Amino acid sequence: MTATHLGMPAFPAAAREAVRDDVLRANLRRATHTIRDKRARAVAELADWDRLRAAGKAVKDHTLRHLDHYLLQLEEAVTAAGGTVHWAADADEANRIVTDLVLATGERELVKVKSMATQETGLNEALEAAGIAAYETDLAELIVQLGHDRPSHILVPAIHRNRAEIRDVFRAEMGGWGRPAPDGLGDDPRELAEAARLHLREKFLRAKVAVSGANFMVAETGTLVVFESEGNGRMCLTLPETLISVVGIEKVVPTFRDLEIFLQTLPRSSTAERMNPYTTMWTGTTDGDGPAAFHLVLLDNGRTDTLADEVGRQALRCIRCSACLNVCPVYERAGGHAYGSVYPGPIGAILSPQLRGTDSEIDASLPYASTLCGACYDVCPVAIDIPEVLVHLRERVAQGGPVTRDGIRVRLRPAHGRTAERAAMRAARLLLDHPGALRAGERLLARARRMRPRRLPGPGRAWTDTRELPELPAESFRDWWTRERGTPQ
Amino acid sequence: MTSRDVVLGRIRRALGERGPGPRPSPGPAGAAEIPRDYLAVHGARTPAETVDLLAAHLAEYRARVHRTDEDGLPALLADLLARRGARTVLVPPGLPAHWLAAAEPAHVQDRAESTARQLDAVDSVVTGCALAVAETGTLVLDGGPEQGRRRITLIPDHHICVVRVPGQVVDSVPRAVALLDPARPLTWISGPSATSDIELDRVEGVHGPRTLDVVLLGAQ
Repeated sequence: MTATHLGMPAFPAAAREAVRDDVLRANLRRATHTIRDKRARAVAELADWDRLRAAGKAVKDHTLRHLDHYLLQLEEAVTAAGGTVHWAADADEANRIVTDLVLATGERELVKVKSMATQETGLNEALEAAGIAAYETDLAELIVQLGHDRPSHILVPAIHRNRAEIRDVFRAEMGGWGRPAPDGLGDDPRELAEAARLHLREKFLRAKVAVSGANFMVAETGTLVVFESEGNGRMCLTLPETLISVVGIEKVVPTFRDLEIFLQTLPRSSTAERMNPYTTMWTGTTDGDGPAAFHLVLLDNGRTDTLADEVGRQALRCIRCSACLNVCPVYERAGGHAYGSVYPGPIGAILSPQLRGTDSEIDASLPYASTLCGACYDVCPVAIDIPEVLVHLRERVAQGGPVTRDGIRVRLRPAHGRTAERAAMRAARLLLDHPGALRAGERLLARARRMRPRRLPGPGRAWTDTRELPELPAESFRDWWTRERGTPQ
Repeated sequence: MTSRDVVLGRIRRALGERGPGPRPSPGPAGAAEIPRDYLAVHGARTPAETVDLLAAHLAEYRARVHRTDEDGLPALLADLLARRGARTVLVPPGLPAHWLAAAEPAHVQDRAESTARQLDAVDSVVTGCALAVAETGTLVLDGGPEQGRRRITLIPDHHICVVRVPGQVVDSVPRAVALLDPARPLTWISGPSATSDIELDRVEGVHGPRTLDVVLLGAQ
C-alpha cells in the first residue's frame, strides 16, 4: 500500500489534534448521529436482518476459502463477455497497468467514480505523474479533490466539511479545474449539488476514458456491480469508450443470486435507505450500449497477506458500508484523518495494519484506536468481529509473532515501544508468584502513599499521558483481611 | 512468473494449499453451506397491495407517481410533458407508438451515432421498464426495446417511466434478482438522482434525471 500518509503521527497524537478542533467535532457529531438513527430504522424494517447478516457472512467466508477458484471463474466469465482481465500484485503494478491502458487510448484525461481501491493505490498521483488528469466525480470526492484535502470517511469522504466550508471550496477552486462556481453561490445543499452538476457535466460529456471500482464481482457471470446515489457512477460507467475497473480480489461473490443479500444489507447499512438511487450491473461489453472496451484490474496489495491470518482474514468480508464508522465513539471524536489511511474508523483500524503491515508508527498504533465497546460488531452487515481482530493485532504488535508480508511468512519482532509494558508484565508475574515479596511491596507503597506522583517517571510516563494514577489505599486488601478475619492459610 | 501466478500462489499458500487439491468443492455443492433462510418476501400482500406499496415507496424517495389505464396513457404522458415544458422527447426504439400519440414535443429517436452532447439537448425521455420492486421502491431497466440504451435514461433531466401493473411488479429484491438476466446491462433506479454527501443528509438532484415521473399503467 503506497498511500500511507507520509510522516503521519501515531493515532494518539493525531487524535489529540483532532479533538481540539471544535468545528470538526460538531460536523462529525451532527453527521454521525443523523445517520445512526436512520440506519437503525432502515434495519428494523426487515424482520430477517439477522439471517441476511448471517447469509452475507457465509457467502463471503465461502468465497474467501475458495478465492483462487472464484477468481479464475470470474476471469473466464469476464473474458467471455468481452472484457480483459489484468492482475496486480501491488499498488504500483495496478497504477502502472491503468496508466499504460490510458496512454494507449491517446487520452490525457479521465473521469473517476469514487473508488476506495484506487485511493488505496494512490492512482490519481501516479496518473498525474504520467501527465494524465483524473477528475473525481463523486460529490464528496470532488470536495476533497478541489480542497486539496484528504478523505475522512469511506462513504462520505468530505464528512469533516460542513456546508459553509464546501461553498468556500467551490467558490475558490472550481474555476481552476473547469467551469467555475455560479456567482453568489450559497451554502444550501441543493445549490451546492447544482454547482457540482454544472461543473462536472461538461467533463462527463467529453470523457473518453473512465476509471471505477466495484462493490461486487460475480464469478459465475462476470458481472460487476456499482452502488451509487448521484448518477456520476452511471455517467462514468456508460458514456466513455473505455472503462477500467480496479477492484480488490476480495470483492468477488460466487453467484448472481448472492447479490439478493447485499442489495438488501448494503444500502440500509450505508446511507440508511431501502435502496440507493442507482445501482449499475454490467457484464463485459454490450454492443452499442456503454463502453466498447472494458478492463478489469484485480488488485492484491496486501489482501492475500491478510487472508493468511486466520483471525484477521475476516476483515476481507468488509463491503465498505461505513456503518462501523458512524457508530464508533472514537471515530466520532477523532475524525477520519487521525487514522492515517483511506480506511478510517474501526474497519480501518483492523484493515490498514493488515494490508500495510505494522512497521510504521501509525499502523502499529491503529489496533489501539478503540475502546473495544463492540458497537461496530453489532452494526456490521457481514458480522466482522472487529474487537476480536483488534485484540489479536494488539497482541501481535506487543509480542510479535508470525505474519505474512508480500506472500512470505516472516516473524514479527515485538514493537520497540512496548518494552516497558513487557517489563511491567514480567515484574507482575514475579510478584504474584512470590506472596512474601508482594506483601512487602504493598506495605512499602502504603507507607509512601503521600509521595504518590501525578505521573510516572521513566518508561511509565507514556502510560500516565492519558491516565490518572490510582489512589493508594492505606493498607492492602490482604492486610485488611488478616486484621478482620484472622490469619489466612 | 506472471502476477496472476504470484497472486494465485499467495492465495493457495494462505489457505494452506499448494495447488487446486481436494478442498471441499466450491461452486454449487460447497455453496450449499450458505444459510438462505432469510425471507423471500417481507409480509403477505395481495397484488393490489403490492402495487400500493410500490407507489408509496416511490413517492417517499420523491418520484412522482401517477396511475392510468391504456386508454388514458397518451393523454397523461402528453400532460406530463406539457407541464414540464418539454420541447423534445427521447423515444426508445420499441416504445409503443400510441403512447406518445398525443404528445406535443418533437420526438427524438436514439441512434447508435447519437452523441452524449446531442442527448444533453433533449428535455425528456419516456421508457418502459423490465420490472419494479415494491419493497424498495425500485425500477429496474435492462435495455429492452421499450427502454433503449442506458444513456438515454441518464442524460435528460426528466425521465418518465411506465410500469405495467400488477404484471411488472415484484414484491422483493430476491424475487427481482431471480427474474433478471445478468448478461444484459441492468440499471436499478430508486427515486431521482440524490446525494448524501453534504452532512449525510439526502438531497435530490445531482447528475441523473432530477425529475422522475412513474406511471403505473393498469386497469383502474
